[in-house]
Amino acid sequence: MTKEECKKVVLDIIADIAPDEDLSNVKPDVRLRDQLQLDSMDFLDIVMELRKRHGIEVPEADYLQLASLDSSAEYLTPKFNALAAKG
Amino acid sequence: MNPSRIVITGVGLTAPNGNSLMEFRQNLLGGVAGIERIEIRYMGPQLAGVCHFDPLRHQKKKEVRVGTRAGSISIYCAREALADSRVDFERMPKDRIGIYIGCTEHGNVATENEIYNISKFDYDTKYWSHYHNPRTVANNPAGETSLNLGVTGPAYTIGAACAAGNMGLIHATQMLRLGEVDFAICGGVSESIHTFGIFAGFKSQNALASHEDPKKASRPFDRARNGIVISEGGCLYTLERLEDARARGARIYGEIAGYHVNSDASDYVLPNPIRQQECVRASLRRAGLEPREIHIVNTHATATPQGDIQECEAIRAVFGEGCPDTFVNNTKSFIGHAMGAAGALELAGNLPSFDDLNVHPTINVDDLDPQCALPGLVLNQPRRVPRVDTILNNSFGMLGINSTLIVRRFVP
Repeated sequence: MTKEECKKVVLDIIADIAPDEDLSNVKPDVRLRDQLQLDSMDFLDIVMELRKRHGIEVPEADYLQLASLDSSAEYLTPKFNALAAKG
Repeated sequence: MNPSRIVITGVGLTAPNGNSLMEFRQNLLGGVAGIERIEIRYMGPQLAGVCHFDPLRHQKKKEVRVGTRAGSISIYCAREALADSRVDFERMPKDRIGIYIGCTEHGNVATENEIYNISKFDYDTKYWSHYHNPRTVANNPAGETSLNLGVTGPAYTIGAACAAGNMGLIHATQMLRLGEVDFAICGGVSESIHTFGIFAGFKSQNALASHEDPKKASRPFDRARNGIVISEGGCLYTLERLEDARARGARIYGEIAGYHVNSDASDYVLPNPIRQQECVRASLRRAGLEPREIHIVNTHATATPQGDIQECEAIRAVFGEGCPDTFVNNTKSFIGHAMGAAGALELAGNLPSFDDLNVHPTINVDDLDPQCALPGLVLNQPRRVPRVDTILNNSFGMLGINSTLIVRRFVP
Protein backbone atom coordinates (compact mmCIF):
# COMPACT_ATOMS: atom_id res chain seq x y z
CA MET A 1 0.00 0.00 0.00
CA THR A 2 1.24 3.46 -0.83
CA LYS A 3 0.84 6.44 1.48
CA GLU A 4 -1.69 7.94 -0.94
CA GLU A 5 -3.73 4.74 -0.82
CA CYS A 6 -3.52 4.82 2.95
CA LYS A 7 -4.87 8.38 3.01
CA LYS A 8 -7.77 7.18 0.89
CA VAL A 9 -8.52 4.44 3.45
CA VAL A 10 -8.59 7.01 6.27
CA LEU A 11 -10.72 9.41 4.25
CA ASP A 12 -13.21 6.64 3.46
CA ILE A 13 -13.58 6.01 7.17
CA ILE A 14 -14.00 9.73 7.89
CA ALA A 15 -16.65 9.93 5.17
CA ASP A 16 -18.69 7.38 7.10
CA ILE A 17 -18.20 8.81 10.56
CA ALA A 18 -18.61 12.47 9.57
CA PRO A 19 -21.19 12.25 6.76
CA ASP A 20 -22.05 15.95 6.84
CA GLU A 21 -18.49 17.05 6.07
CA ASP A 22 -17.20 18.07 2.66
CA LEU A 23 -14.04 16.01 2.21
CA SER A 24 -13.14 17.22 -1.26
CA ASN A 25 -10.53 19.68 -0.05
CA VAL A 26 -9.01 18.10 3.04
CA LYS A 27 -5.45 19.38 3.36
CA PRO A 28 -3.18 16.44 4.16
CA ASP A 29 -0.70 18.44 6.21
CA VAL A 30 -3.29 20.24 8.39
CA ARG A 31 -4.71 18.70 11.56
CA LEU A 32 -8.02 17.02 10.79
CA ARG A 33 -9.62 18.67 13.82
CA ASP A 34 -8.66 22.10 12.48
CA GLN A 35 -10.51 21.62 9.22
CA LEU A 36 -13.33 19.21 10.05
CA GLN A 37 -15.90 18.95 12.83
CA LEU A 38 -14.34 15.97 14.58
CA ASP A 39 -14.34 15.33 18.31
CA SER A 40 -12.58 12.79 20.50
CA MET A 41 -15.35 10.22 20.00
CA ASP A 42 -14.87 10.54 16.24
CA PHE A 43 -11.18 9.71 16.62
CA LEU A 44 -12.19 6.65 18.61
CA ASP A 45 -14.40 5.80 15.65
CA ILE A 46 -11.43 6.01 13.31
CA VAL A 47 -9.49 3.68 15.60
CA MET A 48 -12.45 1.28 15.80
CA GLU A 49 -13.01 1.23 12.06
CA LEU A 50 -9.31 0.59 11.38
CA ARG A 51 -9.61 -2.37 13.74
CA LYS A 52 -12.88 -3.68 12.32
CA ARG A 53 -12.30 -3.14 8.63
CA HIS A 54 -8.57 -3.68 8.36
CA GLY A 55 -7.38 -5.47 11.49
CA ILE A 56 -5.10 -2.53 12.33
CA GLU A 57 -4.54 -1.74 16.01
CA VAL A 58 -3.71 1.79 17.13
CA PRO A 59 -2.68 1.86 20.81
CA GLU A 60 -3.86 4.86 22.82
CA ALA A 61 -0.31 6.17 23.09
CA ASP A 62 -0.24 6.52 19.29
CA TYR A 63 -3.54 8.37 18.80
CA LEU A 64 -1.69 11.59 18.08
CA GLN A 65 -0.27 9.94 14.97
CA LEU A 66 -3.75 10.22 13.46
CA ALA A 67 -3.80 14.03 13.74
CA SER A 68 -3.53 14.72 10.00
CA LEU A 69 -3.83 12.69 6.81
CA ASP A 70 -0.05 12.95 6.29
CA SER A 71 0.78 11.78 9.81
CA SER A 72 -1.85 9.03 9.57
CA ALA A 73 -0.32 7.76 6.32
CA GLU A 74 3.16 7.95 7.78
CA TYR A 75 2.10 5.89 10.76
CA LEU A 76 -0.42 3.48 9.21
CA THR A 77 1.17 2.57 5.87
CA PRO A 78 3.90 0.38 7.42
CA LYS A 79 1.24 -1.31 9.55
CA PHE A 80 -0.89 -2.08 6.49
CA ASN A 81 2.15 -3.37 4.61
CA ALA A 82 3.29 -5.50 7.56
CA LEU A 83 -0.17 -6.99 7.75
CA ALA A 84 -0.20 -7.67 4.01
CA ALA A 85 3.23 -9.30 4.23
CA LYS A 86 1.91 -11.66 6.91
CA GLY A 87 -0.75 -12.67 4.41
CA MET B 1 -52.80 27.07 47.29
CA ASN B 2 -54.37 27.70 43.92
CA PRO B 3 -52.15 25.95 41.37
CA SER B 4 -51.36 27.62 38.06
CA ARG B 5 -53.50 26.62 35.13
CA ILE B 6 -51.41 24.67 32.64
CA VAL B 7 -52.24 24.63 28.94
CA ILE B 8 -51.12 22.73 25.86
CA THR B 9 -49.82 25.09 23.19
CA GLY B 10 -48.04 22.82 20.69
CA VAL B 11 -48.02 19.23 19.45
CA GLY B 12 -45.33 17.36 17.53
CA LEU B 13 -45.70 13.70 16.75
CA THR B 14 -44.77 10.76 14.64
CA ALA B 15 -47.05 7.74 14.55
CA PRO B 16 -47.18 4.68 12.30
CA ASN B 17 -50.04 6.38 10.44
CA GLY B 18 -48.98 10.01 10.44
CA ASN B 19 -46.14 12.45 11.01
CA SER B 20 -48.21 15.44 12.06
CA LEU B 21 -51.31 15.91 14.16
CA MET B 22 -53.35 16.74 11.07
CA GLU B 23 -52.27 13.61 9.16
CA PHE B 24 -52.69 11.43 12.25
CA ARG B 25 -56.16 12.77 12.93
CA GLN B 26 -57.27 12.38 9.32
CA ASN B 27 -56.24 8.76 9.40
CA LEU B 28 -57.94 8.11 12.72
CA LEU B 29 -61.19 9.50 11.34
CA GLY B 30 -60.67 7.75 8.02
CA GLY B 31 -60.07 4.32 9.53
CA VAL B 32 -56.49 4.10 8.24
CA ALA B 33 -54.26 1.84 10.32
CA GLY B 34 -50.46 1.89 10.09
CA ILE B 35 -49.26 -1.63 10.81
CA GLU B 36 -46.84 -3.53 8.59
CA ARG B 37 -44.64 -6.61 8.58
CA ILE B 38 -40.93 -6.07 9.21
CA GLU B 39 -37.94 -8.31 9.66
CA ILE B 40 -36.90 -8.73 13.28
CA ARG B 41 -33.45 -10.12 14.09
CA TYR B 42 -33.56 -13.83 15.04
CA MET B 43 -37.36 -13.92 14.66
CA GLY B 44 -38.15 -13.23 11.01
CA PRO B 45 -41.13 -11.18 9.83
CA GLN B 46 -43.20 -9.62 12.62
CA LEU B 47 -46.08 -7.16 12.76
CA ALA B 48 -45.06 -3.70 13.84
CA GLY B 49 -46.00 -0.04 13.73
CA VAL B 50 -43.21 1.80 11.91
CA CYS B 51 -42.83 5.57 11.74
CA HIS B 52 -41.79 7.08 8.42
CA PHE B 53 -40.73 10.60 9.39
CA ASP B 54 -37.52 12.05 7.96
CA PRO B 55 -34.91 12.31 10.75
CA LEU B 56 -32.80 14.59 8.57
CA ARG B 57 -35.49 17.24 8.77
CA HIS B 58 -34.09 18.25 12.15
CA GLN B 59 -30.80 16.39 12.57
CA LYS B 60 -27.47 16.20 10.83
CA LYS B 61 -26.47 12.85 9.39
CA LYS B 62 -23.84 12.50 12.08
CA GLU B 63 -26.38 13.06 14.85
CA VAL B 64 -28.49 10.27 13.41
CA ARG B 65 -25.47 7.98 13.15
CA VAL B 66 -24.23 8.61 16.67
CA GLY B 67 -27.58 8.87 18.40
CA THR B 68 -30.47 6.51 18.96
CA ARG B 69 -33.78 6.04 17.23
CA ALA B 70 -35.50 7.27 20.40
CA GLY B 71 -33.31 10.35 20.21
CA SER B 72 -34.30 10.98 16.60
CA ILE B 73 -37.97 10.52 17.38
CA SER B 74 -37.69 12.89 20.34
CA ILE B 75 -35.88 15.55 18.36
CA TYR B 76 -38.36 15.35 15.51
CA CYS B 77 -41.33 15.62 17.87
CA ALA B 78 -39.76 18.40 19.94
CA ARG B 79 -38.89 20.54 16.91
CA GLU B 80 -42.33 19.99 15.39
CA ALA B 81 -44.04 20.86 18.69
CA LEU B 82 -41.98 24.04 19.02
CA ALA B 83 -42.84 25.07 15.47
CA ASP B 84 -46.48 24.29 16.13
CA SER B 85 -46.46 26.39 19.31
CA ARG B 86 -45.13 29.39 17.34
CA VAL B 87 -43.07 30.35 20.36
CA ASP B 88 -40.06 32.59 19.68
CA PHE B 89 -37.71 29.80 20.65
CA GLU B 90 -34.48 31.53 19.71
CA ARG B 91 -35.14 34.32 22.21
CA MET B 92 -36.29 32.11 25.06
CA PRO B 93 -33.98 31.63 28.06
CA LYS B 94 -32.84 28.06 27.47
CA ASP B 95 -32.19 27.40 31.14
CA ARG B 96 -35.90 27.88 31.92
CA ILE B 97 -37.04 25.14 29.55
CA GLY B 98 -37.62 21.60 30.82
CA ILE B 99 -37.68 18.46 28.70
CA TYR B 100 -39.59 15.55 30.26
CA ILE B 101 -39.93 12.45 28.12
CA GLY B 102 -41.70 9.26 29.13
CA CYS B 103 -40.13 5.95 28.15
CA THR B 104 -41.23 2.39 28.63
CA GLU B 105 -37.67 1.18 28.23
CA HIS B 106 -34.43 2.46 26.85
CA GLY B 107 -31.10 0.95 25.99
CA ASN B 108 -32.10 -2.51 24.85
CA VAL B 109 -31.75 -1.54 21.20
CA ALA B 110 -28.14 -0.38 21.44
CA THR B 111 -27.15 -3.27 23.70
CA GLU B 112 -28.68 -5.85 21.37
CA ASN B 113 -26.95 -4.20 18.41
CA GLU B 114 -23.58 -4.32 20.16
CA ILE B 115 -23.94 -7.95 21.16
CA TYR B 116 -24.83 -8.75 17.56
CA ASN B 117 -21.86 -6.66 16.40
CA ILE B 118 -19.31 -8.44 18.61
CA SER B 119 -20.79 -11.81 17.63
CA LYS B 120 -19.17 -11.10 14.25
CA PHE B 121 -15.82 -10.81 16.04
CA ASP B 122 -15.96 -13.95 18.17
CA TYR B 123 -17.43 -11.93 21.04
CA ASP B 124 -14.25 -9.93 21.48
CA THR B 125 -15.34 -6.89 23.51
CA LYS B 126 -12.67 -4.66 22.03
CA TYR B 127 -15.14 -4.26 19.14
CA TRP B 128 -17.83 -2.94 21.53
CA SER B 129 -18.80 0.62 20.59
CA HIS B 130 -17.62 3.59 22.63
CA TYR B 131 -21.09 5.04 21.96
CA HIS B 132 -22.81 2.28 23.90
CA ASN B 133 -23.01 4.18 27.19
CA PRO B 134 -24.32 7.52 25.89
CA ARG B 135 -26.79 5.56 23.77
CA THR B 136 -28.07 3.46 26.65
CA VAL B 137 -28.25 5.84 29.59
CA ALA B 138 -31.87 6.16 30.63
CA ASN B 139 -31.96 9.91 29.92
CA ASN B 140 -30.75 9.43 26.33
CA PRO B 141 -33.81 10.63 24.38
CA ALA B 142 -34.17 13.77 26.50
CA GLY B 143 -30.43 14.36 26.52
CA GLU B 144 -30.17 14.12 22.72
CA THR B 145 -33.06 16.57 22.47
CA SER B 146 -31.34 19.03 24.80
CA LEU B 147 -28.19 18.83 22.65
CA ASN B 148 -30.12 19.41 19.46
CA LEU B 149 -32.11 22.33 20.85
CA GLY B 150 -29.43 23.86 23.03
CA VAL B 151 -31.75 23.61 26.03
CA THR B 152 -29.83 23.94 29.30
CA GLY B 153 -32.71 23.40 31.71
CA PRO B 154 -33.58 20.00 33.18
CA ALA B 155 -33.87 17.30 30.51
CA TYR B 156 -34.59 13.76 31.58
CA THR B 157 -36.77 10.76 30.96
CA ILE B 158 -39.45 9.26 33.12
CA GLY B 159 -39.53 5.49 33.23
CA ALA B 160 -43.09 4.33 33.79
CA ALA B 161 -43.58 1.39 31.43
CA CYS B 162 -46.55 2.02 29.17
CA ALA B 163 -47.98 4.68 31.47
CA ALA B 164 -45.00 6.86 30.58
CA GLY B 165 -46.52 9.05 27.85
CA ASN B 166 -49.06 10.48 30.26
CA MET B 167 -46.36 10.76 32.88
CA GLY B 168 -44.33 13.14 30.71
CA LEU B 169 -47.25 15.57 30.65
CA ILE B 170 -48.08 15.08 34.31
CA HIS B 171 -44.51 15.68 35.40
CA ALA B 172 -44.24 18.77 33.22
CA THR B 173 -47.45 20.11 34.76
CA GLN B 174 -45.99 19.61 38.21
CA MET B 175 -42.69 21.28 37.33
CA LEU B 176 -44.42 24.29 35.75
CA ARG B 177 -46.62 24.66 38.83
CA LEU B 178 -43.59 24.46 41.10
CA GLY B 179 -41.91 27.19 39.08
CA GLU B 180 -38.97 24.92 38.27
CA VAL B 181 -39.26 25.85 34.59
CA ASP B 182 -41.25 28.34 32.52
CA PHE B 183 -41.80 26.20 29.45
CA ALA B 184 -41.94 22.43 29.06
CA ILE B 185 -41.46 20.02 26.19
CA CYS B 186 -43.03 16.77 27.31
CA GLY B 187 -44.70 13.53 26.33
CA GLY B 188 -43.36 10.11 25.44
CA VAL B 189 -41.36 8.19 22.86
CA SER B 190 -40.56 4.62 21.94
CA GLU B 191 -37.98 2.92 19.75
CA SER B 192 -39.26 -0.50 20.78
CA ILE B 193 -39.55 -2.09 17.34
CA HIS B 194 -35.78 -2.03 16.98
CA THR B 195 -35.25 -4.55 19.76
CA PHE B 196 -36.04 -8.19 19.19
CA GLY B 197 -36.23 -8.66 22.96
CA ILE B 198 -39.58 -6.91 23.27
CA PHE B 199 -41.06 -9.03 20.49
CA ALA B 200 -39.60 -12.22 21.93
CA GLY B 201 -40.72 -11.25 25.44
CA PHE B 202 -44.33 -10.69 24.43
CA LYS B 203 -44.21 -13.84 22.31
CA SER B 204 -43.08 -15.82 25.33
CA GLN B 205 -45.94 -14.27 27.29
CA ASN B 206 -48.31 -15.43 24.53
CA ALA B 207 -49.19 -11.75 24.17
CA LEU B 208 -47.92 -10.96 20.66
CA ALA B 209 -50.62 -10.35 18.05
CA SER B 210 -50.81 -12.32 14.84
CA HIS B 211 -53.05 -11.79 11.82
CA GLU B 212 -52.64 -12.37 8.10
CA ASP B 213 -53.61 -8.76 7.41
CA PRO B 214 -51.26 -6.47 9.36
CA LYS B 215 -53.77 -3.64 9.45
CA LYS B 216 -56.29 -5.86 11.22
CA ALA B 217 -53.88 -7.29 13.75
CA SER B 218 -54.43 -4.77 16.54
CA ARG B 219 -58.02 -5.38 17.60
CA PRO B 220 -58.84 -4.35 21.15
CA PHE B 221 -62.29 -5.43 22.37
CA ASP B 222 -62.78 -7.86 19.48
CA ARG B 223 -63.45 -11.45 20.47
CA ALA B 224 -60.65 -12.61 18.16
CA ARG B 225 -58.00 -10.30 19.62
CA ASN B 226 -54.82 -12.20 20.32
CA GLY B 227 -52.26 -9.75 21.62
CA ILE B 228 -50.18 -6.64 21.21
CA VAL B 229 -48.79 -5.13 18.02
CA ILE B 230 -45.53 -3.44 18.98
CA SER B 231 -44.93 0.04 17.58
CA GLU B 232 -42.49 2.87 17.68
CA GLY B 233 -43.56 6.47 17.87
CA GLY B 234 -43.41 9.70 19.73
CA CYS B 235 -45.51 12.64 20.75
CA LEU B 236 -44.23 15.71 22.54
CA TYR B 237 -46.21 18.74 23.64
CA THR B 238 -45.32 22.23 24.65
CA LEU B 239 -46.90 23.10 27.99
CA GLU B 240 -47.03 26.52 29.55
CA ARG B 241 -48.65 28.32 32.45
CA LEU B 242 -51.82 29.96 31.21
CA GLU B 243 -50.63 33.48 31.94
CA ASP B 244 -47.47 32.96 29.87
CA ALA B 245 -49.37 31.42 26.98
CA ARG B 246 -51.90 34.25 26.94
CA ALA B 247 -49.22 36.91 27.22
CA ARG B 248 -47.73 35.76 23.94
CA GLY B 249 -51.08 35.12 22.28
CA ALA B 250 -50.56 31.39 21.96
CA ARG B 251 -53.14 29.08 20.44
CA ILE B 252 -54.37 26.78 23.22
CA TYR B 253 -55.28 23.18 22.43
CA GLY B 254 -56.62 22.40 25.87
CA GLU B 255 -56.02 22.69 29.58
CA ILE B 256 -54.67 20.06 31.93
CA ALA B 257 -57.68 19.52 34.16
CA GLY B 258 -56.62 16.61 36.31
CA TYR B 259 -54.40 13.61 36.64
CA HIS B 260 -53.47 10.80 38.92
CA VAL B 261 -50.76 8.16 39.16
CA ASN B 262 -50.87 5.09 41.36
CA SER B 263 -49.52 1.54 41.57
CA ASP B 264 -51.24 -1.84 41.66
CA ALA B 265 -48.75 -3.46 43.99
CA SER B 266 -50.24 -6.78 42.94
CA ASP B 267 -48.51 -8.39 39.94
CA TYR B 268 -45.62 -8.03 37.49
CA VAL B 269 -47.77 -8.03 34.38
CA LEU B 270 -51.46 -8.53 35.19
CA PRO B 271 -53.39 -5.28 35.54
CA ASN B 272 -55.55 -4.59 38.57
CA PRO B 273 -58.96 -3.08 37.78
CA ILE B 274 -59.50 -1.91 41.35
CA ARG B 275 -56.35 0.22 41.27
CA GLN B 276 -57.20 1.41 37.75
CA GLN B 277 -60.59 2.56 39.01
CA GLU B 278 -58.94 4.34 41.91
CA CYS B 279 -56.62 6.08 39.49
CA VAL B 280 -59.47 7.26 37.27
CA ARG B 281 -61.59 8.39 40.21
CA ALA B 282 -58.70 10.29 41.80
CA SER B 283 -58.02 12.11 38.53
CA LEU B 284 -61.70 13.08 38.36
CA ARG B 285 -61.58 14.41 41.92
CA ARG B 286 -58.53 16.49 41.14
CA ALA B 287 -60.29 17.89 38.09
CA GLY B 288 -63.47 18.56 40.07
CA LEU B 289 -65.47 16.56 37.55
CA GLU B 290 -68.13 13.88 37.80
CA PRO B 291 -67.82 10.82 35.54
CA ARG B 292 -70.81 11.98 33.46
CA GLU B 293 -68.91 15.18 32.66
CA ILE B 294 -66.22 13.24 30.76
CA HIS B 295 -67.01 13.16 27.07
CA ILE B 296 -64.22 10.95 25.70
CA VAL B 297 -62.51 8.11 27.53
CA ASN B 298 -59.49 6.93 25.57
CA THR B 299 -58.69 3.43 26.75
CA HIS B 300 -55.28 1.92 27.22
CA ALA B 301 -56.51 -1.52 26.00
CA THR B 302 -53.71 -3.32 24.16
CA ALA B 303 -55.77 -6.22 22.76
CA THR B 304 -54.58 -8.85 25.17
CA PRO B 305 -57.44 -11.17 26.07
CA GLN B 306 -57.29 -10.48 29.80
CA GLY B 307 -56.01 -6.89 29.91
CA ASP B 308 -58.90 -5.49 27.85
CA ILE B 309 -61.45 -7.13 30.10
CA GLN B 310 -59.75 -5.81 33.22
CA GLU B 311 -59.73 -2.23 31.93
CA CYS B 312 -63.33 -2.50 30.77
CA GLU B 313 -64.24 -3.65 34.26
CA ALA B 314 -62.61 -0.54 35.68
CA ILE B 315 -64.24 1.79 33.17
CA ARG B 316 -67.63 0.18 33.62
CA ALA B 317 -67.37 0.66 37.37
CA VAL B 318 -66.67 4.38 37.00
CA PHE B 319 -68.64 5.33 33.91
CA GLY B 320 -71.15 2.45 33.61
CA GLU B 321 -74.71 3.71 33.38
CA GLY B 322 -75.65 7.32 33.96
CA CYS B 323 -73.04 8.78 31.62
CA PRO B 324 -74.99 9.23 28.38
CA ASP B 325 -72.56 11.80 27.04
CA THR B 326 -69.43 9.70 27.64
CA PHE B 327 -67.91 7.99 24.60
CA VAL B 328 -65.12 5.44 24.72
CA ASN B 329 -62.49 4.71 22.08
CA ASN B 330 -59.09 3.14 21.54
CA THR B 331 -56.22 4.37 19.37
CA LYS B 332 -54.04 1.25 19.47
CA SER B 333 -56.42 -0.39 17.02
CA PHE B 334 -54.85 1.91 14.40
CA ILE B 335 -51.24 2.21 15.48
CA GLY B 336 -50.54 -0.73 17.75
CA HIS B 337 -48.93 -0.20 21.11
CA ALA B 338 -46.36 2.57 20.94
CA MET B 339 -45.22 1.80 24.50
CA GLY B 340 -43.79 4.96 26.12
CA ALA B 341 -45.34 7.08 23.38
CA ALA B 342 -48.77 5.48 23.66
CA GLY B 343 -50.42 7.78 26.18
CA ALA B 344 -49.08 10.94 24.57
CA LEU B 345 -50.01 9.87 21.04
CA GLU B 346 -53.44 8.68 22.05
CA LEU B 347 -54.24 11.97 23.74
CA ALA B 348 -53.11 13.85 20.63
CA GLY B 349 -55.36 11.74 18.43
CA ASN B 350 -58.33 12.92 20.45
CA LEU B 351 -57.46 16.58 21.04
CA PRO B 352 -58.97 17.78 17.74
CA SER B 353 -62.35 16.50 18.99
CA PHE B 354 -62.67 19.77 20.92
CA ASP B 355 -62.98 21.48 17.55
CA ASP B 356 -64.54 18.94 15.18
CA LEU B 357 -66.81 17.16 17.71
CA ASN B 358 -65.97 13.79 16.19
CA VAL B 359 -64.91 10.86 18.33
CA HIS B 360 -62.51 8.63 16.46
CA PRO B 361 -63.49 4.97 16.60
CA THR B 362 -61.93 1.76 17.75
CA ILE B 363 -61.42 -0.16 14.53
CA ASN B 364 -61.10 -3.88 13.80
CA VAL B 365 -64.04 -4.83 15.99
CA ASP B 366 -65.89 -7.39 13.90
CA ASP B 367 -67.24 -9.36 16.82
CA LEU B 368 -67.40 -7.35 20.03
CA ASP B 369 -66.42 -9.28 23.11
CA PRO B 370 -69.46 -9.01 25.40
CA GLN B 371 -67.11 -8.46 28.33
CA CYS B 372 -65.81 -5.35 26.55
CA ALA B 373 -69.21 -4.01 25.51
CA LEU B 374 -68.96 -0.70 27.31
CA PRO B 375 -71.73 1.86 26.99
CA GLY B 376 -70.63 4.60 24.60
CA LEU B 377 -67.98 2.50 22.85
CA VAL B 378 -67.40 4.01 19.40
CA LEU B 379 -66.90 1.14 17.00
CA ASN B 380 -65.39 1.15 13.51
CA GLN B 381 -66.82 4.50 12.37
CA PRO B 382 -66.24 7.93 13.88
CA ARG B 383 -69.15 9.36 15.77
CA ARG B 384 -70.29 12.95 15.69
CA VAL B 385 -71.32 13.97 19.19
CA PRO B 386 -73.09 17.03 20.61
CA ARG B 387 -70.22 18.19 22.78
CA VAL B 388 -66.63 17.42 23.66
CA ASP B 389 -65.38 19.47 26.57
CA THR B 390 -63.30 16.82 28.35
CA ILE B 391 -60.99 13.96 27.40
CA LEU B 392 -59.83 11.35 29.88
CA ASN B 393 -56.79 9.38 28.79
CA ASN B 394 -55.77 6.14 30.49
CA SER B 395 -52.29 4.62 30.25
CA PHE B 396 -51.25 1.65 32.31
CA GLY B 397 -47.99 -0.25 32.47
CA MET B 398 -46.16 -3.30 33.69
CA LEU B 399 -45.32 -3.66 37.35
CA GLY B 400 -48.69 -2.05 37.89
CA ILE B 401 -48.15 1.64 37.15
CA ASN B 402 -51.35 3.48 36.26
CA SER B 403 -51.75 7.01 34.95
CA THR B 404 -54.86 8.96 34.04
CA LEU B 405 -54.80 12.40 32.51
CA ILE B 406 -57.80 14.66 31.92
CA VAL B 407 -57.67 17.53 29.46
CA ARG B 408 -60.51 19.98 29.11
CA ARG B 409 -61.49 22.43 26.42
CA PHE B 410 -59.88 25.75 27.17
CA VAL B 411 -62.34 28.29 28.49
CA PRO B 412 -60.77 31.58 29.59
